[in-house]
Amino acid sequence: MSKQINVALIGNPNTGKTSVFNALTGLNQKVGNYPGITVEKKQGICKLPRGVKAHIIDLPGTYSLNASSLDENVVIELLLNKNDKDFPDIAVVVTDVENLKRNLLLFTQIKDLQIPTLLVINMADRMKRKGISLDIDYLESKLNTKIALVSTRKNIGIDTLKQLISNYKEISVKPCLDMSVIDPAYFDDLKKTFPNQLIYKLWLVITQDVNFGTITRKEFKTVEDFKTKQKGDLKRLQQKETIKRYQFINEILKKGKTVDLSQAKDLRSKLDRVLTHKVWGYVIFGAILLLIFQAIYDWSGIPMDFIDESFSSLSEWVKNQLPEGAFTSLLAEGIIPGLGGIVIFIPQIAFLFLFMAILEETGYMSRVVFLMDRIMRRFGLSGKSVVPLISGTACAIPAIMATRNIENWKERLITILVTPFTTCAARLPVYLIIIALVIPEGRILGLSYQALTLMLLYLIGFGTAITSAYILNKVLKIKGKTFFVIEMPNYKLPLFKNVAITVIEKTKAFIFGAGKIILAISIVLWFLASYGPGEQFNNAEEIINTKFASENLSPEEIQHKVASHKLEHSFIGIAGHAIEPAIRPLGYDWKIGIALISSFAAREVFVGTLATIYSVGSDEEETIKNRMAGEVNPILGGPLFTLASGISLLLFYAFAMQCMSTLAIVKRETNSWKWPILQLVIMTAFAYIVALIAFQFLK
Amino acid sequence: MQDILSHLKRGERAIIIDVSSIHIPLKLLEMGCLPGNAVELVQVAPFQDPMYLNINGSHLAIRKETASHILIEKVTHE
Repeated sequence: MSKQINVALIGNPNTGKTSVFNALTGLNQKVGNYPGITVEKKQGICKLPRGVKAHIIDLPGTYSLNASSLDENVVIELLLNKNDKDFPDIAVVVTDVENLKRNLLLFTQIKDLQIPTLLVINMADRMKRKGISLDIDYLESKLNTKIALVSTRKNIGIDTLKQLISNYKEISVKPCLDMSVIDPAYFDDLKKTFPNQLIYKLWLVITQDVNFGTITRKEFKTVEDFKTKQKGDLKRLQQKETIKRYQFINEILKKGKTVDLSQAKDLRSKLDRVLTHKVWGYVIFGAILLLIFQAIYDWSGIPMDFIDESFSSLSEWVKNQLPEGAFTSLLAEGIIPGLGGIVIFIPQIAFLFLFMAILEETGYMSRVVFLMDRIMRRFGLSGKSVVPLISGTACAIPAIMATRNIENWKERLITILVTPFTTCAARLPVYLIIIALVIPEGRILGLSYQALTLMLLYLIGFGTAITSAYILNKVLKIKGKTFFVIEMPNYKLPLFKNVAITVIEKTKAFIFGAGKIILAISIVLWFLASYGPGEQFNNAEEIINTKFASENLSPEEIQHKVASHKLEHSFIGIAGHAIEPAIRPLGYDWKIGIALISSFAAREVFVGTLATIYSVGSDEEETIKNRMAGEVNPILGGPLFTLASGISLLLFYAFAMQCMSTLAIVKRETNSWKWPILQLVIMTAFAYIVALIAFQFLK
Repeated sequence: MQDILSHLKRGERAIIIDVSSIHIPLKLLEMGCLPGNAVELVQVAPFQDPMYLNINGSHLAIRKETASHILIEKVTHE
């Protein structure tokens, strides 16, 4: 028999649910999205004893089945929809031994849906240190379940867990709470109307705004009539239900769990005294941010140079090895430089995700949220906006999705609107190459000018985000309850495996996501740069030969002149020339114009585009940087990339909204075209004006 | 003596007497902020806001404004 067992992993945030998932599936996992929404769907395969396979879904972390966000909604929708192909044969609820009481609330809710439910008590390695002892037999009998005592850190209990999963049919589905005790009249009435339905399931349908599949909706159609009670009354019943659940849990834990406080060693309060301190807390946070930027700029420089050079050599090698022709040219001048533009991201993206993963895993991120809430609120943001603003330094897309746990809509909307100002990784290659070209190499007080410029750009991005938040807060008239709650988890040493998997998965997703766009654009650009209409393009050699016939030029010089003449009259050259009048006041030429146009799809395309444009027709093996340094300003003469045009370009990229994926995600998260269009227009206009002022002032 | 949670000082403990269910979201109740449960103020950010609490064994932070809708009875001398 080879029937797969469907397993749903469910648990509160910070219980190590993902560690359990990683321990069960190893690298045998797949991250995707739930259809139609951008909630991450993680699933994997786990081999159980006797050749049985389990298909495991790691559901988003939630505190209860009463969903308050899109992510949490996924959990309840799956558990209520028996027709879903992923509907679990068994639910595995992961809990943290130190927060067992609160974690069990979710367990009782799921158990009441009469799905076989297994309890994982995680972080068992901490029991001794905290003086906790558990009476597992007692807990199993009172909760009517099987318990796996697990420590993913010490790799204990995973085999037991697998064993228990494979015997899922033995688990009782007896519910924990008799709903009638909450309001006998109301629930008896409900029971009479739907004799074949689970009361708790009905109750969830009544109290939630869940988007059910059509079948489920039909099944529950008449439930609408039961929303007779006022919202406030329903909430009072929910409160009563919660109290009853806790009574049940407290009763059980009184005997099942004992804590000997004299044994407990409290690392939390010692660390918190420093890390959330009124002064030291902020100093440490600042130092950590500095360290992150140091890593991105300095440490990733070496692998990035290496990647840059390797791709130029590869391109050269291909050109020499393959027979001349359109295909070789496409490969060497379109695809390889384009790919290089993607691969060069990997070190920085990986570093950013690495730090973000460590900050999350250790529990430090919640302390930052706590420290920053008051300050951020002054700007119309929430402490929780710090996480999107920091992850925005990697990529605005996951950052905007991370705003989902901001409870207040206005604070959330403002966070979404200003996050694209933070310096995302896609801007980095643009910054790095322009800084290298126009900022001198000297040092001041041991800090290099170039590093300082980069740091300044980050500060400008962050400062603009904060300032525009402040303005938006004054302008936007949205009323809503301010509400904020965040769990302060225990401090934990990050698990290497968790961090590694996060870094690999996220980097991969980013590279492949952005990669597809960059590659496509590179190919299109190569085509547009290699072909052109009319006489000027097709007879370039003749034209140049006649033009310079009198001057005694070497064959190389002639070839170079032909190539640039061709480029100028190719399709892309024509497009670039068309927009040149608009961008000349900013100090750019038509080649940069092409890069600007193409980078409205995605900023990172800029370097790739220039690489493609400059390598078309170029002969020598050269890095992109050297080619850019050699460019001459067609009007003013002298190098094209001067301090003035460089700064102007840097500022343009700092402010302009050049990312279609971000606009798409903003549309999806705000459910309206109004906000992304506003972002596009305002940010780009602002960028143009600032770049204009900068160039005119500096030139 | 009854008071509101936002008046609790660092290190002080109290018992929750009542929560105004209109102002307090279900999520907070489910995290253990319920009448009868113990609460301790662990740490405060500058201006006493937000407040880092230990409610019923759960460590969480809420804003002062939210805390002002929670009625408590201070525990003096254990």
